[in-house]
Amino acid sequence: MPLPRPRRTLPRTLVGAVALIALVILAAACAPHATQDTLKPAGPYAQKIDNLFRPVFWLAVGVFVVVEGLLMYLAVRYRHRKGRREIPPQVHGNQRLEIAWTIVPAIILVGVAIPTISGIYALAAKPSGQILEVNVIGHQWWWEFDYPGLDVTTANVLHIPVGEPVYASLCAAGLGYHGQVAPNGCQEQSAYGNVGDDVIHSFWVPELAGKQDVVPGRTNHLVLEADRPGTYTGQCAEFCGLSHAYMRFKVVAQTPSEFDAWVREQQANAAVPAKGSLAAQGQDLFSGVAGPGTGWCIACHAVQGLKDANGNPVVQNGGPNLTHLMSRDCFAGCIFAMNQADLERWLKDPPAVKPGSWMPSYGLSDQQVRALVAYLMTLK
Amino acid sequence: MASVSVPAEGGRGGLLRRPTATTGFWSWITTVDHKRIGILYGITAFAFFLIGGIEALFIRLQLAQPNGTILSASTYNEFFTMHGVTMIFLVVMPLSAAFFNYFIPLQIGARDVAFPRLNAFTYWAFLAGGLFIYSGFFLGGAPNGGWFGYAPLSTVEPGNNMLFYALGLLMTGIASTASAMNLAVTIINMRAPGMTMFRMPVFMWMALVVQLLLAFALPIITVGLFQMLFDRRFGTHFFDPAAGGDPVLWQHMFWLFGHPEVYILVLPAMGIVSEVLPVFARKPLFGYQFVVFSGIAIGFIGFGVWAHHMFAVGLGPVANTAFGISTMIIAVPTGVKIFNWLGTLWKGDIRFTTPMLFSIAFIAQFVVGGLSGVTHAVVPADYQQTDTYYIVAHFHYVLFGGAIFGLFSGVYYWWPKVFGRMLDERIGKLNFWLMVIGFNLTFGPMHILGLQGMPRRIQTYPATLGLGVWNLVATIGAFIIATSVLIFLLNAIASFRRPKDATADPWDARTLEWSVSSPPPAYNFEEIPVVHSLDELWHRKYAEREGGVVVPVPAGGAGTEPTHGSGGGQEGHGPSGHGIHLPGQSYFPFVAALGLPLIGYGVIFHLWIAVAGVVVMLAGVYGWAIEPASE
Amino acid sequence: MAVHTFESEHEATSTGLPNTKLAMWLFLASDCLLFGALISSYVLYRGSSLVGPYPEDVFDIPYTSVSSFVLLASSLTMVLALAAIQRAEIGRMRVWLLATALLGMTFVGGQVYEFTTFYREGLALSTNLFGTTFYVLTGFHGTHVGVGILMLLSLVSMSFTGRITPRDTMAVELVGLYWHFVDIVWIVIFTVVYLIPTGK
Repeated sequence: MPLPRPRRTLPRTLVGAVALIALVILAAACAPHATQDTLKPAGPYAQKIDNLFRPVFWLAVGVFVVVEGLLMYLAVRYRHRKGRREIPPQVHGNQRLEIAWTIVPAIILVGVAIPTISGIYALAAKPSGQILEVNVIGHQWWWEFDYPGLDVTTANVLHIPVGEPVYASLCAAGLGYHGQVAPNGCQEQSAYGNVGDDVIHSFWVPELAGKQDVVPGRTNHLVLEADRPGTYTGQCAEFCGLSHAYMRFKVVAQTPSEFDAWVREQQANAAVPAKGSLAAQGQDLFSGVAGPGTGWCIACHAVQGLKDANGNPVVQNGGPNLTHLMSRDCFAGCIFAMNQADLERWLKDPPAVKPGSWMPSYGLSDQQVRALVAYLMTLK
Repeated sequence: MASVSVPAEGGRGGLLRRPTATTGFWSWITTVDHKRIGILYGITAFAFFLIGGIEALFIRLQLAQPNGTILSASTYNEFFTMHGVTMIFLVVMPLSAAFFNYFIPLQIGARDVAFPRLNAFTYWAFLAGGLFIYSGFFLGGAPNGGWFGYAPLSTVEPGNNMLFYALGLLMTGIASTASAMNLAVTIINMRAPGMTMFRMPVFMWMALVVQLLLAFALPIITVGLFQMLFDRRFGTHFFDPAAGGDPVLWQHMFWLFGHPEVYILVLPAMGIVSEVLPVFARKPLFGYQFVVFSGIAIGFIGFGVWAHHMFAVGLGPVANTAFGISTMIIAVPTGVKIFNWLGTLWKGDIRFTTPMLFSIAFIAQFVVGGLSGVTHAVVPADYQQTDTYYIVAHFHYVLFGGAIFGLFSGVYYWWPKVFGRMLDERIGKLNFWLMVIGFNLTFGPMHILGLQGMPRRIQTYPATLGLGVWNLVATIGAFIIATSVLIFLLNAIASFRRPKDATADPWDARTLEWSVSSPPPAYNFEEIPVVHSLDELWHRKYAEREGGVVVPVPAGGAGTEPTHGSGGGQEGHGPSGHGIHLPGQSYFPFVAALGLPLIGYGVIFHLWIAVAGVVVMLAGVYGWAIEPASE
Repeated sequence: MAVHTFESEHEATSTGLPNTKLAMWLFLASDCLLFGALISSYVLYRGSSLVGPYPEDVFDIPYTSVSSFVLLASSLTMVLALAAIQRAEIGRMRVWLLATALLGMTFVGGQVYEFTTFYREGLALSTNLFGTTFYVLTGFHGTHVGVGILMLLSLVSMSFTGRITPRDTMAVELVGLYWHFVDIVWIVIFTVVYLIPTGK
């Protein structure tokens, strides 16, 4: 029988390979700095998850070591030795062992299941006491944050007070979303209306909470909370089309007094640029006061206090509310910094810098872009 | 081919005369031989494996560093979608089907499958579906909504991309459903005398479970795909929230199919490993019945875990609890299998051939995938993990480290049987070690990337997330995998330059396919074997003396079946191959399958093409029904 | 349908059941899940339509009851056809097969008429969830009946060309199995869709 000659070094190489696997997995502990790290919880809800994951992870590592160790041991111990001719005894099985390796894993899993169940319910409950309610609306491809009762609507940067559970109601809304969200969610359905025209997204800020899908036609809830002030990054985690990677956001956790100050700023009307300034020209282009063929922006965007050419207040119609644009440090799914250069780049041709962007290119002249950006930069 | 019909001269048949080419192009188009169909499945699946691999390399190049610019967002979405669709529907499923087709009749002692022409049809329908989906690249855009095709993205995105997905998968679904009926009937009904269910090789058991999973999972996705198709093309509202529809319905449909699908992908590999380990440890499979029953249990419970793909969808704590627990339960029979494989090695005489190495690596890597799977079952932890690279790592450990390694094990193991030539062992080992290293280098770091907050399906990521290092490592690993696959390709090509000298039983194996020549004759068995035990061939070769000492049986001794029949034969079959009735070749399975893509293009582009497709298909079916029997 | 081929040769099988029969049972079991998924979709969206027409606006229960009865009657003629070939009475078999096909065609014709009526009353495939789920479910069933009619007519024509002989009872039995299955599915659909009120 032309059997390939066994080589003695093989089992050793095998051990090496498995050691490599183990090394790679254990290297998780000393990974380079990441800012969206599920292993660095910064609030009680993320912490609850971490408290569940870590013991299960180490349990898995234990099982891994035992099983792989056994596999390696058996492979090395019972390798074919040169010259061996006798055939090993034909063992067919062992009932007791079968029962043992059915029951032992089952018992371990019961041990895992119990905290899992209590964890599921703990995370699903609406927190009582002092909480902040936020409506999170997913759009292709940016996030809208609406604070019911506070009359504040912002985009891409969510402000929350430290130490207070935030009860988020998540809904998906399409291009024609009008910015009216019911206080307790987004169930507003009109026959063939626009609420819920969007696709599925998933709201995820790993250091503060697990993720929760944003499903058109449903209202989901998620509780998050930050222990300490800081900026936490998040992004959409459910594939939602061309710019799925460009649907990021930030959560800014502030002390309660800073948060209250931020709310007051947000509630104010937008600043009005000085007459005759470049910004004032920009405002007229923005609102359509500059004449026919202008006023593209107010087709979708609102600026609180601004009036259109007919003197009517502009209303939000699918695009982000820009009243206090400059109070955010990023825009368009948080892929651009809030500065003049990026704003100009964006206004010139949005789909060129963000694939699939619903905001089209209006073929604006450089002068128009400069004026519009000058206006936008007054919206502090 | 002894029997291939001599068509009645002139008379009956005419246009319908059955083809008789035994070599060349038409012999392959018209073949109904399960072995040739198996080879066709295998070669096609491998070609798709190369294509899907190239897509993966582009994905890895794009992600090697932050802010990658190699692929545009739209191309990236097509590539990752097609990578998934390809590897699942066009690689692992048909590669498993290749082994099923080739070895089911050989392992159960049959001359062919129950419905040879249906078998040919399933191959052509699968090929049609695969080519149809890929034709999207040249006809305006390939599928771009993910292999999971979540509505409403898949129903509202402009372009025909997802129509290619829905229609193409309907075609491969028809192929798999028909194949499942055929192979299940073959296993249940065409076993050789004495081959009771519990004398079947484990691979046959896993094959049977897979066919039943296919039979019961595919209709569900078929309905889902029709609903998607209708929503896109005919204005229905199944997944349209604006009309009161619920996009989550698609997810239920998809995963109710999709999770059994995972076991459809991995059970064949588990079956192969259960064949390879005993041969190269020179011991019977430890706990045969337990391995069989745990396979059945996995298949059964596999229908009750689907919503663990949907923990973050918002189904509520009750559903999440139920599916978390059912997911933990399925870990138990999986563990039973792994321990029994370890038991098989215990006290064995282990020969580290290439197929054995792949099987051992299967166990080692599948364990990692299984353990990360248990961490997903901890539902709150899954709120963090789902839709991240941690999941990508998990299922690649199951489907690549598991299924693909198992299938490679099968390729090296059965290559001499199929082609009559051995693959080179030294090149094989190089192939193996590069693949192990490349695989773990690619997918090991993805665990870390996922936990560090890298979501799936993003075509780029900013440098600030600190994900660059491990992504680079993963990309390097991917190219090592590519190298190992090229080395396999060289090994395969080189084997054909060597003489066809493989013996019937080069591995000293245990099952019936090794009792016939390599490659087997067209009729498989001159005499249908009579089976006396599990591991029939082994028992013909070896006997156990008192005290457990195993000794070879002298040729022709007790327990050996005569390998050459002498007249009369049993079951009315003729002696020594001549006059053995074999199914006649046929054009019509090919013709019938040809209608499918025409109908598909018709739905997308113009109704008349579909009408033409229906006509072609009906012509195929009627020709099939009324063409003369082979004799 | 593949009658004279390797497939249906009466070889001794492991279970004693002919391969074709086993395959047909498996196919029907699989098809159960197809209809299961379609019926579930209908039930899930029952009463979820945002605009009319609603089921009570269009359904004509007496009319559909009659056509359901016609379909059920076809199961009886199918049984008679099988009994005929089992007694080697090819002529009688043809009569009963044709009767079965005719009843089937009456049912499908009735369905086509029903669909046109509904459409004229304002219910299209894209009108609302009711239209969506109703037409797709009953349409799939109608297609199954159509395929069955094709098979019945094929049997009849093959009996004239000598491809169906008194020995080929299995071919008739298989088509019969399929036909009865399609009838039973209709009983479920009729009950779930027409008889159970929607409450909206």
